[in-house]
Amino acid sequence: MREYMTTRDIVGPLLLVENVVDVTYGELVELEFPNGTRSLGNVLEVNEDVALVQAFEGTRGSNPSETKVKFLGRSLELAVSKDMLGRVFDGLGRPRDDGPEIIPEKRLSIYGQPINPTARDFPDDFIQTGVSAIDGLNPLVRGQKLPIFSGSGLPHNQLAAQIARQSAVLQRGAAADEIGEPIEGEFAVVFAAMGITFEDADFFIDEFRNTSAIERAVLFLNLADDPAVERIATPRMALTAAEYLAYEKDMHVLVILTDMTYYCEALREVSAARKEVPGRRGYPGYLYTDLATIYERAGRVKGRKGSITQVPILSMPDDDKTHPIPDLTGYITEGQIVLDRNLHRRGVYPPVAVLPSLSRLKQKGIGPGKTREDHADLSNQLFGAYARGLQAKELAVILGEAALSDSDKAFVAFADAFEDRFIRQGAGEDRSVGDTLALGWELMKLLPRTELKRIKDVFVEKYLPAEEDADA
Amino acid sequence: MEQGKIVKVAGPLVVAEGLVSSRMYDLVRVGAEGLMGEIIEMRGDRASIQVYEETEGLGPGQPVEATGAPLSVELGPGMLEAVYDGVQRPLDVLEQMAGAFLSRGVTAPGLDRDKRWEFKPTLKAGDRVESGDIIGTVQENAVIEHRIMVPPGVSGVIEDLSAGSYTVTEPVGSLKTAAGDSVDLIMMQVWPVRVPRPYRKKISANEPLTTGTRVIDTFFPLTKGGVACIPGPFGAGKTVTQHQIAKWSNAEVVIFIGCGERGNEMTDVLMEFPELMDPYSGEPLVKRTVLVAHTSNMPVAAREASVYTGMTMAEYFRDMGYAVVLQADSTSRWAEAMREISGRLEEMPGDEGFPAYLGTKLAAFYERAGRVHTLATETEREGSVSVVGSVSPPGGDLSEPVVQNTLRVVKVFWALQDKLAYERHFPAIDWLTSYSLYLDKVTPYWNANVGPEFRERRDRCMGILQRESELAEIVRLVGLEALSAEEQVLMETAKSIREDFLQQNAFRDDDQFTSLSQQDKLLETILLFHEKAIEAHSKGAALKDIFAAPVRERITRAKYLDEDKLAEFDEIASDIETQLVGDGFDDDEVAVYAGGER
Ligand SMILES: Nc1ncnc2c1ncn2[C@@H]1O[C@H](COP(=O)(O)OP(=O)(O)O)[C@@H](O)[C@H]1O
Ligand SMILES: [Mg+2]
Repeated sequence: MREYMTTRDIVGPLLLVENVVDVTYGELVELEFPNGTRSLGNVLEVNEDVALVQAFEGTRGSNPSETKVKFLGRSLELAVSKDMLGRVFDGLGRPRDDGPEIIPEKRLSIYGQPINPTARDFPDDFIQTGVSAIDGLNPLVRGQKLPIFSGSGLPHNQLAAQIARQSAVLQRGAAADEIGEPIEGEFAVVFAAMGITFEDADFFIDEFRNTSAIERAVLFLNLADDPAVERIATPRMALTAAEYLAYEKDMHVLVILTDMTYYCEALREVSAARKEVPGRRGYPGYLYTDLATIYERAGRVKGRKGSITQVPILSMPDDDKTHPIPDLTGYITEGQIVLDRNLHRRGVYPPVAVLPSLSRLKQKGIGPGKTREDHADLSNQLFGAYARGLQAKELAVILGEAALSDSDKAFVAFADAFEDRFIRQGAGEDRSVGDTLALGWELMKLLPRTELKRIKDVFVEKYLPAEEDADA
Repeated sequence: MEQGKIVKVAGPLVVAEGLVSSRMYDLVRVGAEGLMGEIIEMRGDRASIQVYEETEGLGPGQPVEATGAPLSVELGPGMLEAVYDGVQRPLDVLEQMAGAFLSRGVTAPGLDRDKRWEFKPTLKAGDRVESGDIIGTVQENAVIEHRIMVPPGVSGVIEDLSAGSYTVTEPVGSLKTAAGDSVDLIMMQVWPVRVPRPYRKKISANEPLTTGTRVIDTFFPLTKGGVACIPGPFGAGKTVTQHQIAKWSNAEVVIFIGCGERGNEMTDVLMEFPELMDPYSGEPLVKRTVLVAHTSNMPVAAREASVYTGMTMAEYFRDMGYAVVLQADSTSRWAEAMREISGRLEEMPGDEGFPAYLGTKLAAFYERAGRVHTLATETEREGSVSVVGSVSPPGGDLSEPVVQNTLRVVKVFWALQDKLAYERHFPAIDWLTSYSLYLDKVTPYWNANVGPEFRERRDRCMGILQRESELAEIVRLVGLEALSAEEQVLMETAKSIREDFLQQNAFRDDDQFTSLSQQDKLLETILLFHEKAIEAHSKGAALKDIFAAPVRERITRAKYLDEDKLAEFDEIASDIETQLVGDGFDDDEVAVYAGGER
């Protein structure tokens, strides 16, 4: 065993250990401090006989001359088995509940391996989340990574829990105008908490318990008062578990990662301690690449039944979408669901800001067979009309209602109704995609028919509800 | 070969000692698994190496083997339809070897060594040849004839050359050099990626590279051999636009580099391109395409190399005489890879941590584009490489270093606006800030091939759009009523240009591609309505009724018309005439001319 007492410097979460032999990059390290506490760590850099080690569980209580450093000859691993389902682990994959140790089927490096692009299967199965703002406009598909961009105090946890609870895949529709039935009990949930409060974590655990989703869930918790650097490992633990369940146990896995902002801050802390040249706002220049190694672990693989769908949550500092964390996330993920403080203030749940939200995989996930033939056109029209309604409202603020043309007025009325009836729904309300589309068409009646330019005529004929009594 | 040993490992960077006779940019094999790496700095007997694979498990004392050769690509039959990583490892082959996940140390040559190709000589023994001369051809697939050339730096008299079925490394013949040496001629060439392939001379890029995307072709055209950049925040439409160009442009060969972007986007191309038909050849698009798929989660150093790998392939097809378009999505990820390596080398950082040589590297890369007369005895063989690079500025901020350095060298700027994207105005190319410096260069081609009025119509429409933005300011402050009738017509026409021309849905079969002549017709129609609207108003028709004329419905749908139904534009024109100012209208037709209110 290669064990050393040769630590020279300790800086923040980092230790510089001298006179080491045969240490390799990325190697797992066990540290034992004079007060008996232990911490796991890994090798960030090795230069001749000097190793730079990052301590996942902090360096409190350590001291150069009395710290034992043991190099373990392997990288950080997660012991996996199907018994993980229903269990709660800490941020480094050790049981946190009262249950027994996991008897591992195997140990997997938490860093995983990139999926070969030729081996990916394109995500194109619509997931019915039961949330109109998502299903109708920015649908989630199986194998997608679709983050929620939120801010402090906004109900992202409720929304994520609602998605986890309600998500279902649909059977193929028999015809272009028929929506298939939802298939029950499809998803396992892997939940990773990074730096969130006990209360927030408890909310999720309760949610899972109450819906007995807990039996199909694996939880990794690193809470606000847990060591910050450990957070760097937590999402990777979760994704390693998810990959095992998806690709070896044929399960469809929904991974919720929250809060990615704290993850990035931990990364920044280590980078600062290393005195690396910082990129924007002090975050390391490799933040994009680092985040990609997390988010790109979502997907589907040809010839395997399971899949990994990711819903990361991040709180935007200052509600600023151009902050490096949401910005780099948006550059990697396949869209984003943006929550809006104004809608929230006005009491609209879920406060989804429709215009800046996007699902990049929507084209492949909707349409005949998947949802319904008119879905794409209708959602385009809803977008366009809502955007125009908001513009007209802005105009009205400056010039007054009277300055609006008749058609502008119709769009204003539409935008209001759209927020009130389409976006707004109950936290426990599970709307089928059929209901969502019907609601969309209902709202179309508020617009002059000639304005429905983005919808093919045949669909307007077929789906636009007949005008009731003209003055009703 | 010389062997050294590792002294330091920091992420993708390894420092080794004992590689004294190696040179900068030489390829080395690192560790027991022989991971590929490239020397990027030498100090004394220490070489800094960027390693193209995950470096976990490497440590001091482990061996590093020199190869004595620079990082190169293999060029020859078999590249088309292939999918490579950033250093030309064939990903489909790796999948067969190692399964769905990329494992370290698994590698295969860029060109299949066993596959045989039918070689047909075009020259014979006794012919004198120079670098670049075509000695024979291989019909690589139904679309591309692969022209086998004498490699750069080689010339002489052909000793023998015979038709037959060969692998890429078997001699198809030989030649005798001036010095009297006999040199085997094989189909495969090996070329160092960081060295531009030579050509005879650059010539002016004055022929448009048509893309079928209306806002590009009409307003901000690219040329064969031209360079364009497409910056924009995430979700603004960089990738979709590049895919559109890869699909529908009239380039003969397409090199698409997914540089540090999404895996699923690569899969999308892989699944879609074999299905989609090239409008020019009628064959699947994949047959003219080489894909370099180095996604964001693949090793970062090889990402840095990926753009050079793609560029060298592009130049090689150019040398055969093809019009090639190379797309790099995204050049920012390439720059970031440079930054990451530079940081590990502890170089002095420039703006935002990027290395001080960022500008030089970007310029040198784009400079490899161009329309050229290739090497060859016959001087007239012409080939081109057009380059389209997307840029992903942090926070959409165009003042950042990658955008700024790129703008210094490219001639076309397609500026994507997230505001347009939010309104689902796609492509979200901002018509007010984008530009093409090729406009005047392509005008003679337009005059000869599209129509003598096309340029003028384009300019008029652009004028209307610009005027709209000025008037919009007034409308915002005091309302539409403040505008004169003529200005109100202009606002309506501008809207029509935006909605009926600029907006183009990449996912609608009947919208994704529009020929230049249809683009011309669309402009003509929109402008005709504009003129007739003004005329009708001057004769007393109410604007409200003019704008509600039924023909507008047809104008809106004109962009979806089939290429072979262009005659319908004449009907639309006569509808405009009759509905707005005509006198011979039927009873059931709206005759706004008749005097306002009905
Ligand atoms: N021409 C277009 N037609 C229709 N939709 C488009 C078009 N361009 C972009 N989009 C939409 O915008 C989304 C983001 O586009 P993408 O090219 O992936 O953005 P970027 O590469 O800039 O992040 C797409 O998923 C699609 O929904
Ligand atoms: Mg993109």
